[in-house]
Amino acid sequence: MVAELGHFALILAFCLAFAQALIPLAGTLANKALWIGTARPLSCGQFVFVAISFACLVTLFLQDDFSVAYVANNSNSLLPYYYKVSAVWGAHEGSLLLWVLILAGWTLAVAIFSRTLPADMVARVLSVMGMIAVGFYLFMLLTSNPFERLLPFPPVDGKDLNPLLQDIGLIIHPPMLYMGYVGFSVAFAFAVAALLAGRMDSAWARWTRPWTNAAWSFLTVGIFLGSWWAYYELGWGGWWFWDPVENASLMPWLAGTALIHSLAVSEKRGLFRSWTLLLAILAFSLSLLGTFLVRSGVLTSVHAFASDPTRGVFILAFLGVVIGGSLLLFALRSSTIGAKASFGWLSREAGILLNNVLLVVTLAMVLLGTLYPLVADVLGWGKISVGPPYFNFFFVPLGLLLILSMGIGANLQWKRQSTGSLLSLLKAPVVISPVLAVLWLVLAGWDLKVASLLGLTAALWLSLFTLQDIWQKSSYSGGRLAGLSRLKPGYWGMIVAHLGIAVLAIGITLTSNYSDQRDVRLVTGERIQVAGYDFLFQSVEQVRGPNYIAQQGSFAVFTTADDADAEPFTTLRPEKRRYLATGNMMTEADIDGGLFRDLYVALGEPLGDGAWSVRVYVKPYIRWIWLGAMMIALGGVIAVFDKRYRKVKVNSSASVNSAPVNSEPKESTPALVRASKDS
Amino acid sequence: MKPARKQRLLIVVFIVVIAALVVGLLSYALRENINLFYTPSQVAAGEAPTNAQIRVGGMVVVDSLQRASDSLDSTFLVTDGTATLLIHYSGILPDLFAEDEAAVATGALGDDGVFVAQQVLAKHDEEYTPPEVADAMQQAKDKKAKAASATTKQTDINPENTPKAAY
Repeated sequence: MVAELGHFALILAFCLAFAQALIPLAGTLANKALWIGTARPLSCGQFVFVAISFACLVTLFLQDDFSVAYVANNSNSLLPYYYKVSAVWGAHEGSLLLWVLILAGWTLAVAIFSRTLPADMVARVLSVMGMIAVGFYLFMLLTSNPFERLLPFPPVDGKDLNPLLQDIGLIIHPPMLYMGYVGFSVAFAFAVAALLAGRMDSAWARWTRPWTNAAWSFLTVGIFLGSWWAYYELGWGGWWFWDPVENASLMPWLAGTALIHSLAVSEKRGLFRSWTLLLAILAFSLSLLGTFLVRSGVLTSVHAFASDPTRGVFILAFLGVVIGGSLLLFALRSSTIGAKASFGWLSREAGILLNNVLLVVTLAMVLLGTLYPLVADVLGWGKISVGPPYFNFFFVPLGLLLILSMGIGANLQWKRQSTGSLLSLLKAPVVISPVLAVLWLVLAGWDLKVASLLGLTAALWLSLFTLQDIWQKSSYSGGRLAGLSRLKPGYWGMIVAHLGIAVLAIGITLTSNYSDQRDVRLVTGERIQVAGYDFLFQSVEQVRGPNYIAQQGSFAVFTTADDADAEPFTTLRPEKRRYLATGNMMTEADIDGGLFRDLYVALGEPLGDGAWSVRVYVKPYIRWIWLGAMMIALGGVIAVFDKRYRKVKVNSSASVNSAPVNSEPKESTPALVRASKDS
Repeated sequence: MKPARKQRLLIVVFIVVIAALVVGLLSYALRENINLFYTPSQVAAGEAPTNAQIRVGGMVVVDSLQRASDSLDSTFLVTDGTATLLIHYSGILPDLFAEDEAAVATGALGDDGVFVAQQVLAKHDEEYTPPEVADAMQQAKDKKAKAASATTKQTDINPENTPKAAY
């Protein structure tokens, strides 16, 4: 009954999305206010019904209704209730339902928070989002219905959720990632709406910015959670593997990062307009591509779960329609959206241009490395894989360039910066950052390596430039504190995100250069010394969890400076679990985390005679990677709350129908320029 | 030239130069860093290069896994149904590594015909077989089917692990 209700609600949501895709847009063409006015109620209705549908699926999981195929394949009566809920998005069908729920949620949010926007603009945006929703509803109803029954012979118990997914990280990672992926549909819908209207000015960019920032922050959190999960759950102790699935989420992030910077130029200076639109289309297209790569099973990847050709063909066709259609529209209409302003080669515009070039080149490199094996396979060039060396070969130098240019770029003024003032900006960071980098390594007692010196110097360079920028922009006749309080959330967002990049870079540099990793054979009672720590393998005991049996190792950790009978400062208990429903083995590493180092122990396998293969890792500064990622996401969130984005602009919203195409931005001097002029 | 046009031209030149540089570097790096996949049959036929990084894979032969008693060294055989290949690995085998299950190894083939693996991947869960292995098994099966039904089977292939046309 619940399953049928959920299915029915899904069909109703599809019908409403269909109406939402057609009626408001037709209204803007036929100039009928009544039709245009349907956009908001239809989005609300669509959200309500897809939410009912989702609630039904959650209920089915909680009730252990194994007559539903999807529940039977992904749950088990022994599973704790929180994993039953998260199992809803543990596989293909349910994750699609989550996807459309989130899409409906973003659509609703646009409908609610767009009161100040012109009605026809809202109608176009919501129509475009309705079209995307229609595609996904069709996909679900035709190929991936989560409510399908297994009748007349339902299994007694379910097959269980993949043990890798039975983890707190995987409860929140997919929703966050999807919030990001789907959130880019808002920027995409705004871009398509601008192209349909043939009108794009700084007001457009100002509306789009908070939505893009929000989506980008969610995506950042999603990627960071995925990396964190891989670190402690996969049992390899790595945090990024250049796995195609990871790349699939990194690509929209790179495009989104380029987009939020390009949007800044479009808003403040009215430049890069076509490019901004193209990036908005690109970011969402890459989100769809990511879904295609992950969900169609085309990848040779540790993440590849499903393989069903009809689904792949559908997503590919959908991808073709969305990307092809929007690019066609772009080709036809973008000529109406030019810009006439110019800028000097030493200006913030030029800095952001460089940022965009570097990000897009990085994106192209990741895209090529990810798709090349697929293309080669299709063309019969043999089965190949592209390994981490390829990605690192490019990513490391490009990332360094990006960080170095980020430091200077964010300090530059709009339009033109004089060479003399630039030199005075450069002095301090150029001298101090390499000295600090050397000092840091020497004080920590690590060898001086070229790679770590470069990485640290770049990170410190960026931090110093950023701090110097705060110092300059906060100078004010009313005093330093008054000056600081005059800086806007948009500015603080940028500062926090850029410092986050520096923290991330420090984490990556130090972890990859100074980690001590040992894979060893240990018998109980044996000790091993790694990087100043002494690990004593005490015992292995059997413990029972709700749906698994585990061999639990016990490792007492001492610092090597301790004398023989000192108390251990911590005991790590890694587990080797066997899940009862499937018989799958799982490694649960145990980690003693800290700001400056992680102690990581994972059990490998029993080798007989009481011996185990064991991974013992000491990883310095690895937490800084996720700390940095959180700061980056936080920066995006802070920027969303800039009041400027919610300012009603009378002149631009009043002139909708007269459509002034190449209007120069006439708004008041932007906060950043004003602040830097004061200094 | 007008300044605006000059600027646009400069941007275009800049982008073209960067793009050319990038394409060159990309193709160079790709050529250096792609790992071709070979089946045990191809290795046996001498088609695989020695001392170059490649990937091999197949089903792990039952009772072939042997471990050293004082280190993490282990050896095992993989098969695609026709030929077998000896793999040497020093490290911790993945959770789902098991005999009669699929495994893919990245490493280099020595002159002695032993494959030294730096990394071993096993199947990810119950239902998933790496596409390469599925393909290799299928190829071997096809060959066998052609080579007259009279020949006795060398290795038993578990029907559950046979490829279901990966895509």
